[in-house]
Parts: sequence; structure tokens; C-alpha cells
Amino acid sequence: MAGKKVYKTESGAVVYGVLAEFANPADLAHAAENVRDAGYRNWDVYSPFPVHGMEEAMGQTPTKLPILVACLGLTGVFIGFAFQYFVRHVEYPLVHQGKPTDSWQVLVPVTFEIGVAFTAFSALIGMFVFNALPRWNHPLLRSERFLGVSDDKFVIAIEAIDEKFEPHGVRSMFEKAGAIAVELVEEEMDAPIKVSVAH
Amino acid sequence: MSAINPDQTTAQRLAGMIPAPKPPRMDDPVTRDGSLVEDPAARAPLVLGDRTFGEVTDTVCGYIEKGPGRWWLPAFGLAAGVAGLMPLMILYLAITGVGVWGLNNQVGWAWDITNFVFWIGIGHAGTLISAILCLLKQKWRTSINRAAEAMTIFAVICAGTFPGVHVGRIWMTWMLFPFPNANAIWPNFSSPLLWDVFAVSTYATVSALFWYMGMIPDFATLRDRAALRLMRQGSNAERLPIANIRVDMIRARVYGALSMGWRFSARHWHTYEKAYLMLAGISTPLVLSVHSIVSFDFATSVIPGWHTTIFPPYFVAGAIFGGFAMVLMLLIPSRELFPGMKDLVTLRHLENMSKIILVTGFMVGFAYAMEFFVAWYSANRYEQDVFIYNRLLPPFFAVTGADGQLKYAPYWWAYWAMISCNVISPQLFWFKWARQSPVAIFIVAFAVTIGMWFERFVIIVTSLHRAFLPSEWGMFFATPVDILTFVGSCGTFLTLYLLFVRFLPQFAMSEIKNVMPQANPHWEGYGHTHGHAGQASGGAPAGVVHAPDAPKEGV
Repeated sequence: MAGKKVYKTESGAVVYGVLAEFANPADLAHAAENVRDAGYRNWDVYSPFPVHGMEEAMGQTPTKLPILVACLGLTGVFIGFAFQYFVRHVEYPLVHQGKPTDSWQVLVPVTFEIGVAFTAFSALIGMFVFNALPRWNHPLLRSERFLGVSDDKFVIAIEAIDEKFEPHGVRSMFEKAGAIAVELVEEEMDAPIKVSVAH
Repeated sequence: MSAINPDQTTAQRLAGMIPAPKPPRMDDPVTRDGSLVEDPAARAPLVLGDRTFGEVTDTVCGYIEKGPGRWWLPAFGLAAGVAGLMPLMILYLAITGVGVWGLNNQVGWAWDITNFVFWIGIGHAGTLISAILCLLKQKWRTSINRAAEAMTIFAVICAGTFPGVHVGRIWMTWMLFPFPNANAIWPNFSSPLLWDVFAVSTYATVSALFWYMGMIPDFATLRDRAALRLMRQGSNAERLPIANIRVDMIRARVYGALSMGWRFSARHWHTYEKAYLMLAGISTPLVLSVHSIVSFDFATSVIPGWHTTIFPPYFVAGAIFGGFAMVLMLLIPSRELFPGMKDLVTLRHLENMSKIILVTGFMVGFAYAMEFFVAWYSANRYEQDVFIYNRLLPPFFAVTGADGQLKYAPYWWAYWAMISCNVISPQLFWFKWARQSPVAIFIVAFAVTIGMWFERFVIIVTSLHRAFLPSEWGMFFATPVDILTFVGSCGTFLTLYLLFVRFLPQFAMSEIKNVMPQANPHWEGYGHTHGHAGQASGGAPAGVVHAPDAPKEGV
């Protein structure tokens, strides 16, 4: 957002944000509710597994991925059927067992399989696209504490690009919510200063 | 026990806040390792030994980082040596012709298609466990799904080889697929054999996607552990024996690339879980369709013994039956070979799979009986003769035909091998001690695997070897090439599985952590203290401080 203050550390590095570690999933969910209610927008919760009920605690809107997958899956069904019909009836009409070349019943199995393949690919690739992955590095991945998330740590990070971000305010809010550690994370070197985007 | 009714101290310890000494391993006479809880009101623990999240990570990643042990390299060498037979035999087949197999005018399909159906059937258990048990919210699947999915992929690789090489002119195999070509010839889309090409290739692709997607968070865990060690050890880190490269550098790069930069964000988890659920939802009809379509290869023909409407469900039940047997044959030795695996794959897991084997064994037994009923009820002499005089009657029960000749089934031994392995041997699982004894389960699973191979042999060869006219009757005898190709495919399967246990996570760590009791934010042990750990030292029973609105879930 234009005019947004850029925070820098004493060494001059741009601040990516503040992360806080919590002891267990219960504290994490409770703290996420606090962050949500405080009105932050550019923040995220990090846990070794999807914590039950975190969508509500974070106030996330349901993903639109199922709609995309349904559309692409049906596209696969249509392509599969049209291709077979074209081959069997138009391009290479081969009469065997005296059966009509334009019957649809024999096309069902392959149509189904092609639809399944399209659905599966769009679910996986759509998941990557919606999550802005692949991404080879991330400022958070330079924090030793954050690397423990893949093991057994529970972390909330608020990004500096959030309009409400203010290092001391964020720290005291995390401490009030029961954080066991709070840490400042620097932006990667030479990274362009990002513009605030709503999730 | 603590996983069912824990106190605050246990809660803090499980959350990794305070260290505690290892509790002694449970060896209860009733619950055995602690997982065989009889009380229907109490959920059996899915992870034993009161493990913390970190211990699960260390156990599973340890198999890769420390290596599986000294047994691995000799085992791998042996398996790879046996696997080498397969390309050798295929090469011999390609430069000589399908005559090197025991095929003849009567029996045009034999071990090649038997092996194909055998392997593709084994492949069904993986997707069943990942997809159907996922939709049914069977949480015990989390410890076995990764190994079962890996097994699926490897079984499908073995399966796909056989139809590829049995076409005779192997260099023409590409014509199976609908490519535009100079002769303007297209494949026949109304043929079940072409449906099979699409079903098997879709199945292989979707199973691989499913397997990979489940592994993304685990790859990220391996990446982060390697990165942490690099940060802490610096240039003192362990190096490769052959080059001056740090092992963890390779791990961080390779697992990092495979993890696609996954960083365990809750927003990502949300999309990931939706995508995973959709993959499970689409894989469920897929897994049912694949073996149904395989059975169409037979069912749509006019050969007595093949021309049967019961084939699709019969084949699917048989595939699940044989697949679970193979999962058990792989997991039971793994439990012994890998330290700590008995806490993740409990006796309860083995018992559950034994029950599935018992049920699906009944389904195939019912199908075998129903084939005879339909042969009798249809009043079709050819159908009846296939079942009685090609399969059922052993020589010592031979009957005298109208021409005075003794009539008996030349393949009676195959039929009775199938019946005793597939119908009789699983009956052992009526007894609880058998369902709870890994040795007994392994023996039954081994018998079932043999029986399922014989089932396909019986269906394919006994139906073909005697056509409608007695002048067309012949026999099939396997050649050494037949046998060695199959042995080679078993070696290929085992080689791939050994590579999997060496380099890839054998357990879905994030999923296992998610079904542990302390993963639930509403777990009783957390009470409503919300991280104010100082208040919780009293160790009062957590149920007392529970607010009435909080769901009181255990696992």
C-alpha cells in the first residue's frame, strides 16, 4: 500500500514480519482468534498438520478450488467423449459385430477415465496455483524456530506489509495470547518491497 | 491409560513443553501392545508409547537419515539381481517371439495375462486404503496408507509390463494408444482391451499423483531437518563417501525441490485438504472402475467361464483381498526390521486388515459359488462343463462319460489350490488369536497371495484350454521363460519397495500427527488454560475444568 511505513532492523535489513511460537494446538487456535479479531489481514498460522477448526479461528473463506476442479473435470469428460466419437464415427468408422458406429454406450468407460485424469491433475496443480507454489525460498524458512514447524512447533507470523503492523504492538499482542517465543524475521536480501495484498 | 484420560502434566509433556522419561512398554494380557482395547466406549490409541510429535518425526525420518540398517544392502542386491531376470527374459522374448512362452493354439493367454491381473489386483489395496478409507474417516489408515500407496505404484508398474510385452511385436506396442499415424488407423474404442489401456494408465497416473501429494509435507519435513543440521553443523556436516559434498546439502536440495516450497501454512493446508479430499473422492470410483474394466476383457467375450456378469464386483473384491494380503506381507516384516514401527503400525492395524481379508475372502468365496449356481441355472452345457470337467473334478473323483471315457478336470489342482488358499485359509481369522498374531497373519496373507495368482490362472487358462469342439482341446504348460519372467517381476516389485523404504518417508507424518490425541485443540488435556502453563501444574483431572460447550473428543 502506498505510503506504508517500511520497517528496518538496526543492520538495515527490511523486516518481513514477526513470528510467535505457541506451545500446542489449543494455544495456537486461541491466539489465531485474537489475531483475527485484532483485524490483521497479512498473516498466517503454521502447524505441522492441519489443526482442526483453524479455518474458523482464522476467519478464512472456503477455497474455490472445488469449482475449478469440477469445471476442468467436466472439460475432460467432454474432450474424452468428443475425441472418441470423432475417431469412431467420423475419422475411422469401423463397423464390427454389426453395431452402429455412433453408439454412446461403448464410449463411457474411456470417457470416465479421461474425466478422472483431468480431475486429478487439476486438483493437484490447482492446489499449487492457489497456494502460490512452487516457491524455492521464503524469508520465514531462514528462521531456525520456523524450521521446527515441520516437526512439532506451532507458529503464527504477521507480515510487515499488513496495514496494522507495528512491531511492538504485535509483540505485546502475541505475548498476551500466550506465546512462548516471539521473533523478528528479516526480508530476504535484495527482495523488492512488496505491496499489501488481501488474501 | 493416559491417552484416554490424561492429566495436565501429560498434556504438557505431549506438547513437548516438559521432557519426561519413556514409560515402560505396555504388555497387557488383554490389550497386548495397548492397541487391542476391548471397551467399545474407548477408542484404541493409534500411536502407542505416548509419543510426542517430535518423536514421530524422529522415528520416521530416522529410517531415511540413519538408514534402515545392515540388512538393507544385501536385501537390495538380492532383489535387484532377481529383478534383472525380467529384462533378460523380455529381451529373449522380443528377439525370439511369444513362442518362448508356453502359449499354443488353444491357450493364447496364460501367465502373461495372469501376472497382469495378479499385479494390478494387488495394486488396488493402496488406493482403497488412501481413498475409500479416507472418505470413510477411518483414522487407522494414516499409518499404513503411504506404504500401501507405494506398493500400488510398484504393482501397477509390474502389471503394465505384461500386456506391453505380450502383444508379440513389442515395437508396435505404441499402437495401443490413439496416436495419429501415417496409415490413418485408429484403435477400436469399443474394445474392452482399449478400455483397459486407458483404465490402467489413468490408474497409474492418479495413484502416483495421490502418492506424491501426500508426501509433499513429509518432503518439507525432511528438507527442514537437513537445513537445520546444515545451520548447526556448518562444514562439520557428514559428507558423501565418494565426493566432497555434504549429504544434507543434497537432501535439502532434492527433498526441497520435491516439497515445492511447502511451509505448513494454515491457508495452504486448507486448500491442500480440499484437494486431497477431491483426489480421494475421484479415486474411489476409479479404483472400482479399473478392475471392473479388467474383468470386461473376459466378461464381454463368449468363452464359457469368462462370459459372466458377476465378474466386475468379483474382480474388485478379489483385488482388495489380494492387495491387503500384500500390504500385510510387507508391513509385518517391516515392523520387525524398523525400530519404533510397532508404535505406529499396531496390532490393531493388523487385526483390522485381517478382518478385511476375512470379509473380502467371503466375497470371492461367494463369487466362486455363484459361478456354479449360474452355470446350473443357465442350463448351458458348455458353461457347466467348464466348471465341472475343466476345473472342479479331481482324477480320483472322475466320472464315466457317455462314451465310456473317464472325465475329470485336468486343472483340478489349480482350482483346489485357489479354493484352499482363498476361501479356507482366511477362515483362520474367525479366531481372535489368529487375527492378533503377526505370524499367523503373515502365513494367511502369503497363502492368499498364492491363491489369488491361481484364481487368475484358473479363470484364464482353464476357460481357454478346451474350446467348444473336443478336437480343439489342448493343454498349457509353462516354460522356464514364463516362470522366470514372473519371478523377475516379483524381484522388480521388491527392489522398488526397498528403494522406497530407503529414500522416501514410509509414514504420512503430518497425517499421523493429526490423529494423535494432543493434535486436537479441544483435547481434554489442554483444558481451557490456553497456554498459561503455570496454572496447570496441579495435575487436576482435565474433565472437571471443561466448559460445557467444548466438544469432549478423545482421538
